[in-house]
Amino acid sequence: MAEIQLKSLAHSYSRHPEGPGDYAIRQMSHTWHKGGAYALLGPSGCGKTTMLNIISGLLAPSEGDVMFDNVRVNELSPKDRNIAQVFQFPVVYDSMTVFDNLAFPLKNAGIPKARIEAKVEEIAAILELEPVLRKKAKGLTADEKQKVSMGRGLVRDDVSAILFDEPLTVIDPQLKWKLRRKLKQIHEQFNITMVYVTHDQLEASTFADKIAVMYDGQIVQFGTPRELFERPNHTFVGFFIGSPGMNLIDVSVTEQGVRFDDIDVPLDDGQKQRIAATGSSNIKLGIRPEFVQLTAAPADDTWPCRILDVEDLGTYKIVTLQLGEQRLKARIDEDQMISGDTLHVGFPRQWLKVYVDEFLVDEQTEEAQS
Amino acid sequence: MRKVPNNRAWWLVLPVFILVAFSALIPLMTVVNYSVQDIFGPNAAYFVGTDWFREVLRNESLQASLGRQVVFSAAVLLIEIPLGIGIALLMPTGGKRASLCLILLAIPLLIPWNVVGTIWQIFGRGDIGLFGRFLNEIGINYNYTADPVDAWFTVLLMDVWHWTPLVALLCYSGLRAIPQAFYQAAEIDRASRWAVFRYIQLPRLKSVLVIAVLLRFMDSFMIYTEPFVLTGGGPGSSTTFLSQTLTTMAVGQFDIGRAAAFSLVYFLIVLLVSWLFFTAITYPDRDK
Repeated sequence: MAEIQLKSLAHSYSRHPEGPGDYAIRQMSHTWHKGGAYALLGPSGCGKTTMLNIISGLLAPSEGDVMFDNVRVNELSPKDRNIAQVFQFPVVYDSMTVFDNLAFPLKNAGIPKARIEAKVEEIAAILELEPVLRKKAKGLTADEKQKVSMGRGLVRDDVSAILFDEPLTVIDPQLKWKLRRKLKQIHEQFNITMVYVTHDQLEASTFADKIAVMYDGQIVQFGTPRELFERPNHTFVGFFIGSPGMNLIDVSVTEQGVRFDDIDVPLDDGQKQRIAATGSSNIKLGIRPEFVQLTAAPADDTWPCRILDVEDLGTYKIVTLQLGEQRLKARIDEDQMISGDTLHVGFPRQWLKVYVDEFLVDEQTEEAQS
Repeated sequence: MRKVPNNRAWWLVLPVFILVAFSALIPLMTVVNYSVQDIFGPNAAYFVGTDWFREVLRNESLQASLGRQVVFSAAVLLIEIPLGIGIALLMPTGGKRASLCLILLAIPLLIPWNVVGTIWQIFGRGDIGLFGRFLNEIGINYNYTADPVDAWFTVLLMDVWHWTPLVALLCYSGLRAIPQAFYQAAEIDRASRWAVFRYIQLPRLKSVLVIAVLLRFMDSFMIYTEPFVLTGGGPGSSTTFLSQTLTTMAVGQFDIGRAAAFSLVYFLIVLLVSWLFFTAITYPDRDK
C-alpha cells in the first residue's frame, strides 16, 4: 500500500505540445491517500486512462512527478512500482488455465507454491471462478474473462495500489452490480488503495468513498458523492453528476444581484463582492433540479413560470419549465400534483450556486483557498 | 417459391469436380495406374500388383536417400523455425527501419531457385567464390565438391539463407497482430521477458507457426533444384535427396512403374508427416 501523489503532472502525446489543446492531462496535482477506495469519474476522452497509465508506469508523464510514499517513481517500471491494473477489455493468457492465469503475477514474483494456491483459491472463491478454475482461459465467456482479468489484479495483496480502468464495461448489468459489491468487499477486507475509473456516476458512487471528477485533462473536484451533489465545484460537475444535471443559467451582474431575461435574482453582499472581485463577465447561476421549488401560489422570491412537460418516472417526476427564455428542470415528488400550465418557481438561497468562469464562488471556497 | 425435389443441383458442383479431376484426380490416378503395371510398350502392359511397391520399399539407395531427406528436413526445421522467430522478435516494430528490414528479408525469397543454387555454387567455390575463398584463407579446409560434410553444410546454409526469411516474415506478421493490451497486462503482472515470449507471444504465433512449419517441411522434403544445381547430389550421393533420386529413376532410367510406386509412397509420407505436425502443434489447444 502506498500514498500516491501526483505533483504538477502534465502529459501530452505529441512530442512538441504547443497549446493547452495538445495536452491529454493539463498541469495538476493530486493525492490518493493510502488505503482509500477512489473513483475517477469523467466523460470519454477526458484523460482518465492516461492518468491511470501514468500512475501504473505504463506511460511516462511529459511533465511533473509521480510519488509513491514521497519517493519519486517516474523512472520505475510497473514491476518495480508493484502496482496492479485491470484493463477495460479483458486480457487473459489463452494458453493457460484460469488457475494459472490467476497465479501468473504471483509466480512472477517468486512467491512459494503453497501460498500461491491458497491465494488463488481465495480470490477464485470471491469472484466465483471455482467451477472454471481448471479450464483453459481461451474458452471462457466475456464475463468470465473479465473476472479472470480482475482476479489477476486482486490476488496480489502486497501491491501499492490496484487501478481499475472501466473494468465492468463488457459485463452485463446484473453481474456488474454484484462485482462492484465484491470489489468493495475486497477493499474492506484487504484495505488496498484502489482507483476505479468509470464514466458512470452510479458506479463511482457505489464503489468509492471519494470521487475525483475529471474534465478536459484536469481533476475539477475531489469529494464524497454528497459533496459533489450538494456543492459542485465546477459547472461540469453540476452537469455531469445527477440525473438530470444541474440547471445552469447565464446571467449578468446588477446592483442587487444578477439578472437574466428580465428576471432579477438578488444575492447577498458577500457573494456580490466575490463576483465583483473576479472582474469576469462569464457568470452562471446553478441549481439542482432537486432543489428547485415549485408552488401553486406566488410567494417572496418566486417567479411565475410555464410548465412545458412533466415526465413521470415512477418514483419521482421531472418537470420542464420555462422561466424567461430559459428552460429549467425540476425534480418533484411522485405525489406532488401539477395542475394548470403556470406555477411559481423559487430558488432556495442555500442551494443557489454562483459560478464565475465555470468555477464555484462561495464562502467555503474562499476559506479553502485562504 | 415452390421447391422442386430433384437432384439437378448436382450440376452446380460439376465445374469444381471437373477442375479437381484435371488438376489432381486424373494425374494421380495415372500414377496409380503406372504403379501397378509393368509397361513395355503401347500394347504391352502387364499387371504386377504390389510388386513395384515391395521393390521400392526394399531398395537400398532409396532408403538411404529417404534417410538423408529426413535428416535434412529435420535440420532445416530445427534451424529455420527458431531462427525465424528470433529475427521476427528482433525486428523494429514500425517506421522506416521496419520497412527496410522487410525488404532486406524479402530479397532471398524473390530469387528463382536455380539462381539460388548458382549463387551458392559460385559463392562457395574455393578459387573464385567469396565464401569458399574466405574460409580457405583463414585456414579452414573447405571444399564442398569433395567433402560430404562441407557439401551438407553448404546445402543447409543455402536453404537457411533462402527460406528463414519466410519464417521470419510470417512470425513478424503474427507478432504485429498481438494487441498492445497483452504486453501492458504482462508488464503489470511483472512477467519476465521469457514469460512474455512463452505465454503471450508464442501461443499467439501458433497459427502462423503451423503454416511456417508445414511449408518449410513440405518444401524441404521435396527440395530438388537448389542442391541439384549446387552439388548435383554429390560428392557421391551424399546430398542426393528423394526428389533427385525419383527424377533420375523416372526421367533418367525411364523406370516408370517403380517411379510411380515411389511417388505414391513419397506423397503419403509428406501427407502423413504434415498431419502429424499439424496435430502435434494444435493438440494442446483442446480442453482436457
